[in-house]
Amino acid sequence: MDWITQPWPWYVAGPLIGLTVPALLILGNKTFGISSSLRHVCAACMPADIPFFKYNWKKEIWNLLFVLGVLIGGFIATNFLANPETIVISEATQNDLKALGVTDFTSLLPADIFSWENLFTAKGLLFFVIGGFMVGFGTRYAGGCTSGHAIMGISSLQWPSLLATTFFMIGGFLMTHVFLEPLMKLVGF
Amino acid sequence: MLVADRKEIDVQDPHCVAPNLKQEGEHGVQLIKYLILGILFGIVFVKAEIISWFRIQEMFRLQSFHMYGVIGSAIITGIISIQLIKRLNIKSIHGEKIKVPKKEFRKGQVIGGFIFGLGWAMTGACPGPLFAQIGSGFTVILVTLLSAVAGTWVYGKFARKLPN
Repeated sequence: MDWITQPWPWYVAGPLIGLTVPALLILGNKTFGISSSLRHVCAACMPADIPFFKYNWKKEIWNLLFVLGVLIGGFIATNFLANPETIVISEATQNDLKALGVTDFTSLLPADIFSWENLFTAKGLLFFVIGGFMVGFGTRYAGGCTSGHAIMGISSLQWPSLLATTFFMIGGFLMTHVFLEPLMKLVGF
Repeated sequence: MLVADRKEIDVQDPHCVAPNLKQEGEHGVQLIKYLILGILFGIVFVKAEIISWFRIQEMFRLQSFHMYGVIGSAIITGIISIQLIKRLNIKSIHGEKIKVPKKEFRKGQVIGGFIFGLGWAMTGACPGPLFAQIGSGFTVILVTLLSAVAGTWVYGKFARKLPN
């Protein structure tokens, strides 16, 4: 049973994630996409008469249940199937991040950034509020995220999804290599 | 209360990549399968450490193959699955013909995609992992999720004024 607590390699995780595509299609003619759940939350909680949020979100409850499942799955994996060892992060990445002021490399997310103490600080404003806003705004403007475009869209051989994925990557590379260092200095790292 | 003039998500609506093409609504017990599928998906997210901010940093710094392997093999599995469904004319369990809606080019895929990419490298999460991170006990990510909902709402508010 060792395999279950060890981190799963990419060639196990990738195909399992890919199988979500046919599973959703066959179970209920549904297309895989996670960022849509954020839209359904808006439509359900604060549609504010905006045309973009005026649709029958109740028919999309399946999507909200799916993301609730992802949350529960995260809880189960962390509490019952957890890897007893600390996460193994590439030496090169650790060195790069140490230079930026990250000191905690013991869990999946660095406590230097992702902790409640940072909430009402410049760090929290940048990483939680602005970062989260860009994820929500950008995915909806792009019409999908890594699941809807990169996995579902490219799997069905649609070039607009390949284009969107290319720009996800361009944005990510630019943030990592150009903006992250000055931004982290700015917020006090 | 369900407002009478509320429409279903239009399949042709370019803003929606996850339309529900099942003709009849599903209720109660029928919906549990999506919850179970989500749970399995969330377990894979954590076990393969895809929800880790460090794995995303490794990916964008080209210092690990892990994330490229995960996304690449997921896409290959998806391509093979969809081709099999099409060629063997596999039906859904309800006997419906399986449909994959076509995506049209829009400027948002470039501009919005770029904005999401910036946020992805910052938060270390796309929308899926946000939910799994919260479940894993990183409760402060609830704030990131709320901000993402706010970002979605602001997009919806100004959708018609943005270049598309």
